[in-house]
Amino acid sequence: MTEKVLMKGNEAIAEAAIQAGCRFFFGYPITPQTEVAAYMARRMPKVDGLYLQAESEIAAINMVIGASAAGRRAMTSSSSPGIALKSEGLSYLAGCDLPAVIINIQRGGPGLGGIQPSQADYFHATRGAGHGDFHMIVLAPNSVQEMVDLTHAAFDLADRYRMTAMILADGILGQMMEPVSLSKPDAPDLPPKDWATTGTGGARPHNIINSLFLQPEELERTNFKRYDLYARIETHEARHEAFMLDDAEIVVAAYGACARIAKNAILAARSRGIRAGLLRPVTLWPFPKKAFAAAADTARAFVTVEMSMGQMIEDVELAIRCRRPVALCKRVGGMVPTPEEILSKIEEIAGGVR
Amino acid sequence: MHERILIAGFGGQGILFAGKFLVYANLLAGKEVSWLPSYGPEMRGGTANCSVILSDTPIGSPIVDIPDILVVMNLPSLDKFEGATAPGGRIFVDSALITRRVARADVTSVYIPATQLADANGLSGLANMVMLGKVIADCGLCRPEDLPAAMGKVVPERKRALFDKNIQALQVGAAFFG
Repeated sequence: MTEKVLMKGNEAIAEAAIQAGCRFFFGYPITPQTEVAAYMARRMPKVDGLYLQAESEIAAINMVIGASAAGRRAMTSSSSPGIALKSEGLSYLAGCDLPAVIINIQRGGPGLGGIQPSQADYFHATRGAGHGDFHMIVLAPNSVQEMVDLTHAAFDLADRYRMTAMILADGILGQMMEPVSLSKPDAPDLPPKDWATTGTGGARPHNIINSLFLQPEELERTNFKRYDLYARIETHEARHEAFMLDDAEIVVAAYGACARIAKNAILAARSRGIRAGLLRPVTLWPFPKKAFAAAADTARAFVTVEMSMGQMIEDVELAIRCRRPVALCKRVGGMVPTPEEILSKIEEIAGGVR
Repeated sequence: MHERILIAGFGGQGILFAGKFLVYANLLAGKEVSWLPSYGPEMRGGTANCSVILSDTPIGSPIVDIPDILVVMNLPSLDKFEGATAPGGRIFVDSALITRRVARADVTSVYIPATQLADANGLSGLANMVMLGKVIADCGLCRPEDLPAAMGKVVPERKRALFDKNIQALQVGAAFFG
């Protein structure tokens, strides 16, 4: 383990991407993710990489498509309104089966919204990142260390499955500093990028990267094939963290910064004799359905804690097939739930199920 | 140990820097630490604050809603956070900049004319570290031997003169009895 240093979450993502071999970063400034771009601007020239501030978010995502099609690790980052602009590119990445890593440091919406932390892009990330049938792998760190570890993982997952992996964080995680170990990940065993458009040298047939299929039979086949892949990913790549879950009657479901705040509330609830626990999805897609289904066997009720009007709660209800009541504890618009608010929701539910 | 600390003042007073230094000193001592700044338009000429948590156990929420230790360097920050301070907590006030007294009777209030002390010692602009020196001394937040090493982490080598002045400012604060 390397020495721990203090870093902002945004900077940690940028350094982790460089460690993972990303040498193409295309950005456009927006609070609260600007430190990702600023760090890349400083570091990329020193590692023979390219930092380019694009003329717009749309340009940046299309540059990612180009670099990825050429077989290189590429990344762009933004915050909610900027991510919305990238939606067209996200769909094209999926249609072309190209790997990419996208960072969303969420802020309040809709519209330009505000600049304070939010989790209101959950639906966008897990359901509607663009037009057409597709998914992205969505990773939800809850510490600066996980900003590093999951960024490393995002590049490997993207290359392994030839699809987009998104880091879905928020303004708290982007701005906060914590000790972080920047140990370099082992080079994983990944399939060769023999599909990349790197020039044939007259030695092989052309590789073509394309998302246009005018024959419906063929387009249907590509969709079916992609969803077979998604099914394998759902089986193998779902991740979660359990905290005091074994004997929990009340299961708190929260991801990212909310999961940290929920831990305070769970400890307070335990000290008052309420058996509460946390089930934290680390992957939002694939959603850790099995872990939730198992928790529903023993829990009496669930409460999701979100900085949204209630988005992840739908995945919780689906995963447990509505076998238990699921309550919502929410703050929105840049407001952040306090441990006390979560605790009083837990107490309310514990009272109700007794 | 589990200290929830809120440091607040104007942008430009070194509020975030003071927090970062405090966090580094505790990281070196093997503590769990977190630092979360206010960000956005309020920083630009307005108020700035940072949440610092120092703990023996892993830190959940990095947000300090209820500070055990409140350090304020302007009146708006005292007005805003005095009421939130934990009963039995401590409020450190730069009394050169804030003329009113702390109204709460259930907290310990410490008044340090930090901006004045900094100026009088040729340390203009380092009132933040004068304040922090007093806070560290009163609350026992750091091991003395970690202070120079922590300073080395936050002051770049090429700004050696600032290194010495920051250490001196900590000492001025620690030595103040008011």
